[in-house]
Amino acid sequence: MNIVVCVKQVPETTAPKEFGPDNRINRAAHEAVVNPFDEYAIEAGLQLKEKHGGEVTILTMGPSGAQDTMRKALAMGADRGLLVSDPALEGSDTWTTAYVLAQALRREEYDLILTGMESTDARTGLVPAALAEQLGLPSLTYASSVEVEDGNVSVRRQVTGGYEEVRGPTPALVSVVKGVNEPRYPSLKGIMAAKRKEITVLDLAQLEIQPDEVGAAGAKTKVLDVTPRPEKQAGQVISPDSPEEAARIIADFLQVNKFI
Amino acid sequence: MSEGLTAEQEMIRDAARTFAQEIVAPRAAEIDRTHDFPADLVRRAAQLDLMGIIVPEEYGGTALGHLAFAVYVEEVAAVSGALAVILDVHSSVGTEPIVDWGSDEQKRRYLPRLAAGEMLGAFALTEPESGSDAASLQTTAERVGDRYVLNGTKTFITNVGVADLYIVMARTGGPGARGISAFLVEKGMKGLGFGQPMHKMGLHGSPTGEILLDDVEVPEENRLGPEGAGFKVAMKALDSGRIGISAQAVGLARGALDLAVEYAKQRVQFGQPIIQFEGIQFMIADMATAVDAARLMTWDAAAACDAAEPFTLLASMAKLFATDTAMTVTTDAVQIFGGYGYIKEFPVERFMRDAKATQIYEGTNQIQRIVIARELLRGD
Repeated sequence: MNIVVCVKQVPETTAPKEFGPDNRINRAAHEAVVNPFDEYAIEAGLQLKEKHGGEVTILTMGPSGAQDTMRKALAMGADRGLLVSDPALEGSDTWTTAYVLAQALRREEYDLILTGMESTDARTGLVPAALAEQLGLPSLTYASSVEVEDGNVSVRRQVTGGYEEVRGPTPALVSVVKGVNEPRYPSLKGIMAAKRKEITVLDLAQLEIQPDEVGAAGAKTKVLDVTPRPEKQAGQVISPDSPEEAARIIADFLQVNKFI
Repeated sequence: MSEGLTAEQEMIRDAARTFAQEIVAPRAAEIDRTHDFPADLVRRAAQLDLMGIIVPEEYGGTALGHLAFAVYVEEVAAVSGALAVILDVHSSVGTEPIVDWGSDEQKRRYLPRLAAGEMLGAFALTEPESGSDAASLQTTAERVGDRYVLNGTKTFITNVGVADLYIVMARTGGPGARGISAFLVEKGMKGLGFGQPMHKMGLHGSPTGEILLDDVEVPEENRLGPEGAGFKVAMKALDSGRIGISAQAVGLARGALDLAVEYAKQRVQFGQPIIQFEGIQFMIADMATAVDAARLMTWDAAAACDAAEPFTLLASMAKLFATDTAMTVTTDAVQIFGGYGYIKEFPVERFMRDAKATQIYEGTNQIQRIVIARELLRGD
């Protein structure tokens, strides 16, 4: 079974973000890491490969430096990398990103596409569904478990009060949530093996994409403004005389603010 | 601090740091408190291939060398001195002598299991009456047919009881260094016993104690190196072992320094964080400078070792300086924490207790000075 895992390189997750004049994240200002949500997708892919055999390919759209973060995915155990990199891609939005990934996937043979549920930089969570739509594939999003059997993929999806079971024929796209598994750490042998694994770099011409279809030119959305999250307000200290009183004050607070 | 590291060594550092920070750090205080051997963390280290870093690839290791080894030990020691010494002793003095001296058969039999962490290694030289004066050891190995019969007591043995393979130095000939041979003694061999783990000042969770050899029959094929070469086996092991101990000391010092800087930024006295006071700034400046110097000396010795150049002098100087630095820096870290540094609810006193051992084991720092002076006097 051949699996393609879409992996995004994102700025280091915990650092406060800097923005450029175009309201886009200044990526050069931060250390680049594998999107933490994608690590779950990589792990899901590796587990399915261990069960069913086949190959796991890492697909990334990003600057050429993204090869460094792709190596981490390869060190975890993925077999090869595909990097779509072209200066014209700068400024791409979710739609154009999905289009570029779709064009790259049209050249591949696969049974399953796995993605994280969202990226930690933009956090739209739109690319997985858009990608499935462009490829005309069943889209099984927000999976908290993934099983493949007899040409079908089944996932569980957490909903209020329980879970849904969703099934579709392969090839299909599945986005996984955090907690679907525990991503493995790369071992030293994995790190050493990753050096020798192949990362193929593709530009727009190879994917038969016109530069004006993608990047800022082809984007269907525009970031108009960026506002920092309001500073955390100081908390309120209560000094109840008994646990019962403490419970009552907290329950009242939750009710008044409609948390319960 | 990454200057001089290859991309591969940087990835090893990142992998070791992730292991240390995410898996080991949350357990470190508990291991210190309970004194429990962290078998689960040793297993996790094995899964990441950290236990075969000195072992050749043909025997299942990664053969990444001593510099990579030093980088990895520092990362672990920066959060847990105890786990660092468990893993360090396993790889250096517990495994490396087999790489250096083992027959093909011995390598095939033991190295893959040591590299995979299926076996934990240990090294048994010190005796109750024979510490720094190692050549005076009294444990005997009497040859009887195709085997040796070992009798004696070893003490201060790291990984005692939990290790599966012990490299034991015993006397096969006359007095002095030339009468000593090395043996591979497996846990489970008849007559091999262990004393209770000692109650140490620090490094809790890393069991240290006695090995009791009572007519232990060791087959001839378990003699490591030629008969009479045991002292050389031991000294060679300690030479490169000192790189690991230096790295452990650098890690302990760095860990304490990081904690002290973090604390000094947050602790407010006289209306400002204490890091704003020159008295504290001068302390942390000296601490950081010493840590960096200790690391560079450690890496220098490791690089010489990896390049198959003489490194005895460099390793002894690194061990002396790095472990003294660990003691000074961890003590100053406690000082910066003030009263909070002296109580066990805060982590820095653990670093100070752990650091003390590094000035003593693998050759006291007094012995290091003798080694350094002798190397200089040789003048070749």
